[in-house]
Amino acid sequence: MREVSIQVQGVTVSYSGNIALNNANLELQSGSISGLVGPNGAGKSTLFKSIMGLLTPAQARVIINGKPIQAAQKANLIAYVPQSEEVDWSFPVSVWDVVMMGRYGYMNILRIPSAQDRKEAQKALDLVQMAEFRERQIGELSGGQKKRAFLARALAQQGTVMLLDEPFTGVDTKTEKTIIDLLLQLKQSGHTILISTHDLGSVSSFCDQVILVNRTILAYGPTAEVFTEENLTKTFGGMLRNLTFSPPIQPQPRN
Amino acid sequence: MEAIWLWFAEPLQYEFIRKAILVSAIVGVVCSALSCYITLKGWSLMGDAVSHSVLPGVVLSYIVNAPFSIGAFIFGLGSAIGIGFVKSQTRIKEDASMGIVFTGCFALGLVLISKTPSNIDLQHILFGNVLGISNEDMLQTFIISGITLVTIIVLRKDLLLFCFDPTHARSIGLNTQFLNYMLLALLSLTIVAAQQTAGITLVVAMLITPGATAYLLTDRFDWMLGIAVGIGVFSSVIGTYLSYHFDGSTGGSIVLLMTLFFIVTMVFAPKHGLLRRALRLQQAKKPVPGVVQSIS
Repeated sequence: MREVSIQVQGVTVSYSGNIALNNANLELQSGSISGLVGPNGAGKSTLFKSIMGLLTPAQARVIINGKPIQAAQKANLIAYVPQSEEVDWSFPVSVWDVVMMGRYGYMNILRIPSAQDRKEAQKALDLVQMAEFRERQIGELSGGQKKRAFLARALAQQGTVMLLDEPFTGVDTKTEKTIIDLLLQLKQSGHTILISTHDLGSVSSFCDQVILVNRTILAYGPTAEVFTEENLTKTFGGMLRNLTFSPPIQPQPRN
Repeated sequence: MEAIWLWFAEPLQYEFIRKAILVSAIVGVVCSALSCYITLKGWSLMGDAVSHSVLPGVVLSYIVNAPFSIGAFIFGLGSAIGIGFVKSQTRIKEDASMGIVFTGCFALGLVLISKTPSNIDLQHILFGNVLGISNEDMLQTFIISGITLVTIIVLRKDLLLFCFDPTHARSIGLNTQFLNYMLLALLSLTIVAAQQTAGITLVVAMLITPGATAYLLTDRFDWMLGIAVGIGVFSSVIGTYLSYHFDGSTGGSIVLLMTLFFIVTMVFAPKHGLLRRALRLQQAKKPVPGVVQSIS
């Protein structure tokens, strides 16, 4: 029995008069992977921020696993993998430090890691095959390794809701495969995964559902139904001509 | 050998020198520790703005005969909040908000001094007067430094996460608003503590240079903290000695030493120094033997 994991009601956000996102409503089930698709500036990050509780628009209701957003944050439910451009890569922290940040919510006020915290962090590093780089400063990693380091942080956090912002931008095929395999495993164990992306190919190959956004949620539902040329034209307008479009294929079991 | 010993020992017979060295060493610790966060967060200009805004607070404290630190802290934190207010509530950008608020405060301080018939020495407020520090002011400096240091130690990791990735901090339920104001309060407190040593103009250097220097020397935050504190304390203590022996400005000597540390580090740092960078570029240009260079 699948439960509603992310529930978004009436999210309207405007920045200095310009509406970024108008009345967004959404319900995502646990044990699913959803792709959030739309052109730049369509309100994808705004929707992300609302789900994570960084933006709290009036009138809006965001419920995560039956909990209001603040309780969900305290319970470490929401794990987030940022876009590479948002990270200061020259910051003096190592891969291990970053993964440990995923465990802060479990530590005491001084954030002294317990044996359990170390174990989970190491496990997360092993899962993304980054154990050998744990002492590296984060700026000394390749694009794919950087992504995997932050994915390890999200895994160490053990949240059941995982948000990934453009996870496939600037990564090698090995990393892409590692990420997709991991996401499919997490889905099997009941996680709710939301990926913001403009890589339309990856959406049709492994997302269960698609959310098309441009200033509002234009359409959302099972990939096969929503991922049509008509809907995509509605979302991207004339820009679609520049993108290669392949008709949706049925999600295939990997491994 | 004897001369070196005397150079260090001779001034210690005077109480005012012993006090000055102790105060500047403690201020060096606090400023340097905080400077790591300030440089990583990109708040150097905020330090500049807050330190100048403290002036009317100091003057008003003298007028009503209150401890200087109370007035200074109110104006320091108040200016930081004011800058945030102007930035978030109007279309004015942050740099302009800072400029408006701190020059406004500074001007108020100047007018207050000029209209107050008292013996307030603007020179001392601007550039410090640690050689003439009173016991009362010394006590204030110790208390403020203690509070600041303990807070930094307790919130060490949360503040670091706040500087590095506020989004993640929020998503795991940390109160980033609290951390933001905490860092601003620490900044104001540190400036207040350092006011007697370096003055409100030179304290900015103590809040930036040690952290920036250490940042060029290491990729580890814990090391950065240690190196910054080392540079800060060394510069503060030796700077005070130098100012005694050469009869020069104490705050100036301290800051000058820190700046020297920075310049040497910028050139010679093993990994992030200019020399090393030039060397790397040189090597990258050299054609690798056996490999045909592509023609573009």
